[in-house]
Amino acid sequence: MHFGPHLLLAALEGLVTSAVLALTALGLSLVFGVMRVVNVAHGEFFMLGAVLAWAVSTAISGHPAVGFVAALVIAPLLVGLVALVAERLVLRRLNYNPEGTIVATIGMLYIIQQLALTFYGPEARPVEPPFSYRILLPWFGYSGYKLSVVAASAILLVITWLVLTRTRIGLIMRATQYDRETAQAFGIPVERVYAGVFAVGAMLAAIAAVLIVPISQAHYLMGQDPLLLSFIVVIIGGLGSLRGTVVAAILIGLSDGIISMFFSPTLAKIIATLVVAMVLVFRPQGLFGTTPR
Amino acid sequence: MRNASPAKTYALHISVIALLFALNFVLPDYHQGLFARIMALAVFAMGYNLLFGYVGLLSLGHAMFFSAGLYGAGLTVYHLGWGVPEAFVAGVACGALLALVIGLLALRTSGVAFMIVTMMFAQVFYLLILYFAAWTGGDQGLVIQQASRVIAIGGASFDLTDPTVRYMSALALFSIILLVTLAVVCSRFGRVLVAIRENEERTKMLGYDTVANKLTAVVASGAICAASGAAYALLFGYVGSSFASVQYSILPLLWVLLGGAATTLGPLIGTLFMYYVTDITSGFTSAYLLIVGVALILLVLFFPKGILGSIRERWLRWLP
Repeated sequence: MHFGPHLLLAALEGLVTSAVLALTALGLSLVFGVMRVVNVAHGEFFMLGAVLAWAVSTAISGHPAVGFVAALVIAPLLVGLVALVAERLVLRRLNYNPEGTIVATIGMLYIIQQLALTFYGPEARPVEPPFSYRILLPWFGYSGYKLSVVAASAILLVITWLVLTRTRIGLIMRATQYDRETAQAFGIPVERVYAGVFAVGAMLAAIAAVLIVPISQAHYLMGQDPLLLSFIVVIIGGLGSLRGTVVAAILIGLSDGIISMFFSPTLAKIIATLVVAMVLVFRPQGLFGTTPR
Repeated sequence: MRNASPAKTYALHISVIALLFALNFVLPDYHQGLFARIMALAVFAMGYNLLFGYVGLLSLGHAMFFSAGLYGAGLTVYHLGWGVPEAFVAGVACGALLALVIGLLALRTSGVAFMIVTMMFAQVFYLLILYFAAWTGGDQGLVIQQASRVIAIGGASFDLTDPTVRYMSALALFSIILLVTLAVVCSRFGRVLVAIRENEERTKMLGYDTVANKLTAVVASGAICAASGAAYALLFGYVGSSFASVQYSILPLLWVLLGGAATTLGPLIGTLFMYYVTDITSGFTSAYLLIVGVALILLVLFFPKGILGSIRERWLRWLP
């Protein structure tokens, strides 16, 4: 294969990574933006989504598409429920204190990971894709499912954007994000908004995981890379900026795909992490974010 | 601490050291080995506590300082054939230098950004160890042979693989660092650190250079953690990339929270307690991470001051 098609393949792979990353990072960004909570367990919600998707799709017999659609509905709902319980039992009691919540979500990370290992096991298991149509390009065939992941992610991002900017719920969320106390004074049930945002953030990660699990298998340690990459995306995009998150996800996904195809994946990660640390040190508001108040 | 007579606090710390010394002759073999390990790791926790407890800077990347010491000592012995004392100094120097660089960069941020930046630098350090697997042994790690773990002073030679020598070496390091932290905490510098934790703006207004003080604390903390890592490599003869992973950044936080942040003896108590809880429960279940997770959540929810912190609040106001 020549350089051009090779690059195209790398870019397509990168685009799939970007699509999943944008959803996961959006969840992290929402939770941080509205609640000021750094959710270290975010990657584990992602993993939980994938593992539950496997469980649901194996429990349902028949055409793989039926199992997949069921997983796409049930797994995020269950993950959202887990997040809701965690929020109610732990984060609320800590009064969303930034340092306390980091330690607590580290605890959640270990608990979820260990429970997945105990009940799901150390194996990586696949989920069958709902359809296996291959798009034939002049140089190589490409999985139609992978491209549909990109489309699904784009649709979800647009929906989230519409909800945030055009609906009353979005308005309430933005008001809470802007000034918690004033919002409360205006009768906004801040605690319920927080619980909802935490659950939605986890569900976005779970949806991303269900989408990716037919491509890469479900494994109990699969939450670590998305967590780190989401942090990177959220920081580069600027905290709480939806547009920045999407742009950064595409940037990171593409460069990750291209660098790891031509160089070592470890080197790609080293460079990305170092660049982000430097961004955070020298431009803490992110590349697209505005200066915090 | 306010009404503490220095004699009383020093007497307490000396008696803890004496108790640990006596335990060497009482403990069965297995627990003697475990205690040596705990004392070496308690040094790690003390280094972490200096920054987290006293300055209030929560780092999520201290595994890099520990493993800088670990690899600084381990690689010089393994590749260059250095002796134990030189290798130990090399390990501490690596940690201090790394802490200086990281401190200069990371201290430009504060709060949540500081935690994430330190975590990311630690991740880069971890990935670099994997990337240079040809020298570091990657995730397989390297085993340092017994022959290169002997200290020769004058005519006598001490074999660090001998249980008693190992226990005493760990105790010596632990005692030095314990007394040093005690002295630092009671000094003017220590009080400035606490002032920064309580209100940085006010401390700055009073004329203290808070950045320089914080940087000094980061370097001291890094050097102490590196000393722990270097000792760990030399005493137990193994260096591996798992010591640089995120988990080893979380563990000192857990130990310090459990024992009591900003208490001099808390790190030892936390490490001891957690090690034995893990050791006992691993007899029933392999799910030791579950216990770490539950412990972390219960601690921040119900005992944010830790064991010794709660004791100090209730009964012993003079504890340092």
